[in-house]
Amino acid sequence: MVARRLADESVQPPNFAFNAENAKWADWKIGLYPAGRQQSAVIPLLMRAQEQDGWVTRATIEKVADMLGMAYIRVLEVATFYTQFQLQPVGTRAHVQVCGTTPCMLRGAEGLMDVCKSKIHHEPGHLNADGTLSWEEVECAGACVNAPMVTIFKDTYEDLSEERLAEIIDAFAAGNGASIKPGTQTERLNAAPEGGRVVLLEEATTFREKFVPPPPPPEAAAPAAAAAPASPPPTTAAKPKDVSEESAPALKGPSREGKVSEAKAEGERKAAGASAHADGEPNKAMRPDATGSESEAAKVDGGKAPGKSTASAPADGAAATGTTKTRTIIAPKANPKEVNPVAEKGGDAPLFVAPEGAADDLKLIAGVGPVLERRLNALGITKWGQVAALTPEQIDQVEGSLNFKGRVERDDWLKQAEVLARGGEEEYVRVFGKKPR
Amino acid sequence: MLADKDRIFTNLYGQGDWRLEGARKRGGWNGTKEFLDQGRDWITNEVKASGLRGRGGAGFPTGLKWSFMPKVNDGRPHYLLVNADESEPGTCKDREILRHDPHHLIEGCLIACRAMDAHLAFIYVRGEFVRERERLEQAVEEAYEAKLIGKDNIHGWDLDIIVHHGAGAYICGEETALMESLEGKKGQPRLKPPFPAGMGVYGNPTTVNNVESIAVVPEILRRSAGWFSSIGRPNNVGTKLFMVSGHVNKPATFEEALGESFKDIIEKHCGGIRGGWDNLLAVIPGGASCPVVRGEDMMTAIMDFDGLREKKSSFGTGGMIVMDKSTDIIKAIWRISAFFKHESCGQCTPCREGTGWMMRVMERMVEGRAQKREIDMLFEVTKQIEGHTICALGDAAAWPVQGLIRNFRDVIEARIEQYTYSSTSDGAVPSIAAE
Repeated sequence: MVARRLADESVQPPNFAFNAENAKWADWKIGLYPAGRQQSAVIPLLMRAQEQDGWVTRATIEKVADMLGMAYIRVLEVATFYTQFQLQPVGTRAHVQVCGTTPCMLRGAEGLMDVCKSKIHHEPGHLNADGTLSWEEVECAGACVNAPMVTIFKDTYEDLSEERLAEIIDAFAAGNGASIKPGTQTERLNAAPEGGRVVLLEEATTFREKFVPPPPPPEAAAPAAAAAPASPPPTTAAKPKDVSEESAPALKGPSREGKVSEAKAEGERKAAGASAHADGEPNKAMRPDATGSESEAAKVDGGKAPGKSTASAPADGAAATGTTKTRTIIAPKANPKEVNPVAEKGGDAPLFVAPEGAADDLKLIAGVGPVLERRLNALGITKWGQVAALTPEQIDQVEGSLNFKGRVERDDWLKQAEVLARGGEEEYVRVFGKKPR
Repeated sequence: MLADKDRIFTNLYGQGDWRLEGARKRGGWNGTKEFLDQGRDWITNEVKASGLRGRGGAGFPTGLKWSFMPKVNDGRPHYLLVNADESEPGTCKDREILRHDPHHLIEGCLIACRAMDAHLAFIYVRGEFVRERERLEQAVEEAYEAKLIGKDNIHGWDLDIIVHHGAGAYICGEETALMESLEGKKGQPRLKPPFPAGMGVYGNPTTVNNVESIAVVPEILRRSAGWFSSIGRPNNVGTKLFMVSGHVNKPATFEEALGESFKDIIEKHCGGIRGGWDNLLAVIPGGASCPVVRGEDMMTAIMDFDGLREKKSSFGTGGMIVMDKSTDIIKAIWRISAFFKHESCGQCTPCREGTGWMMRVMERMVEGRAQKREIDMLFEVTKQIEGHTICALGDAAAWPVQGLIRNFRDVIEARIEQYTYSSTSDGAVPSIAAE
């Protein structure tokens, strides 16, 4: 650890105040945290104060402590513990922080420090003669693949040579810091290798080819896949990898979808190397409700798909993606343990008769989400009172239908529902000490 | 080798648009509601089935971690805390996610929060990442405006995201120190138990995950757990961001499948070792806290959790620090010791005193100004630090030194001999050791 002290009293300004913009920002920031937890904002506030004045003064610490209702010592602890807080005045035009940790050291950070020594001050943590520049060595600043690097205020300057750093320091000393482009100082795209990236050469789209499992895993839960012919499976090559309900017709009727896909696959085999147009058309037809942006994206891919499939030869390569997708969607849906048990059980008639009047928001009961609420409604339960009045046998029935054994008891729906039925949300807050969600 | 179509971070280099529109074009926010509607158990089970192990260094299974959250809400809110306090030397992957693919992370937060019944997520970004934080804040703002998150959003699961930041303390990457720091205190780790899943931020159940662990979840759900688990070797599956720094021709960050050999990875992505493969001296394979491995051993190393355990090191975060034969290996490890000395929080005596002691002894060993028996003493002391502290920083400080002694004892001894020889032959102790 490092021992850090506040600056000498002789340089401490008598008071501190946030400027109007920062004061507004501070109020907003404090308000973000849960009630009574405004202490969380201490680091952001101190940092903002440092951005405003350049360093953290005693007055800043006291002001922030007052704003957050903290003891001065607690804020002092924070200010001295975190090394990013400057407890001494730093250069007004630039405070150069040279990363000196091993990855940067291996690529020449020591040379950078020599530059700082000759250009700024022979010792770190001291102002230069004009008081405009200062420097220090810091521990890893997190840009190791772009080593060596320095940080000046908010920006990083990476892939530095000693000559380049000297130029940068000169520019900042002259007040021209803004003329230097932050980030890498060589011809390089961020963290990509020098001389151009070797991967991610194509622009990614939503239509990336999807995973084709090497050996097909057991398809217990995929009726559509089971129905598919052994020959090339259906293709939806240009179909977006969208698993929202409307774009996944397979969910609604596996057999019908299977036929459509088969027919489509057949057509495509005949067309041999189907054109983008062919790929795009049926897709649109299948998704009349596709949103604007998605269909626009579809066009983009339409242009690309043929290139891909011809390049990587087997049309089934692209085609297989359709099945995979179907499988991924169906797996959860068709799992009888989880979903839609009412339908699974041959469409049980509702267990209850839904009472007259508007339905209550069952989601207010902790443990009931939108899905469960729908299923409860399907069973004929729409009121809190009904839930509260469930008998043990009925609970068994309900849980059997929901396939959530023990859930009613575990989350204590009865008590919650009883409270909600009695006094709604306010009563709930009073009894449980928190808002229902 | 991983094909482009199997990459999750498709805007890793910032070549495309990082904003919501760009993220959507690359497949982000696609079908999110469908996953949320499947319920928390399904999400957790999918993540478990995918075999995803935490990407923050320890490699703990992510799905399992999520399942530690209380199943019944006892009235306390649940929180997700995303650890973007990336400070391990050699590691700079989360930076690329934050600034170039922030929507992966935000979408992952929503899904993870559904899986752990949380309605508030904190993202704790390290203080040095100012621009990255600003970028993330803008992305969160976009997501609020598009009603992807927030109250009554289109996904039907209320979620608030607070972007918080630190102020330059490595120790805040430790999960309990992270929580202390988030609460506005010094980042000193807490004793466990109680574990964060029982008592975390503000005393409420909390799960702490690395940025990358959270950011890959949406794509795993979209493409199925089977896809993710088919990449790599058993127990070490999926894709991972790797970072290579130091003496390679072209240092870079890239996404690659786990289970590839070190040699292939370096050849493909980094253009080989500076001065050729014969020039390779040593590699620190997973961020500064991992023991150093000799170059010869790295030639056959498989880059995943188990592959590097075989080499008596650790996969860590996937940040490789490569050193060629021009490196003064003792000095390189000394600098790591200096790092840990600087970053010790000062709470436990073995670490507070031990890190400084190790650094000072190492400093002498860099010059050779030491006795050979001190090598064993140093090793002994690292063993006294390891495992005797509240958090793992003590271990992390001890391992690099242990790795050095285990692998490069000959170099240390030669340095000492050289120093002794020079001092006796010249009749005086030189102020700086001979090279």
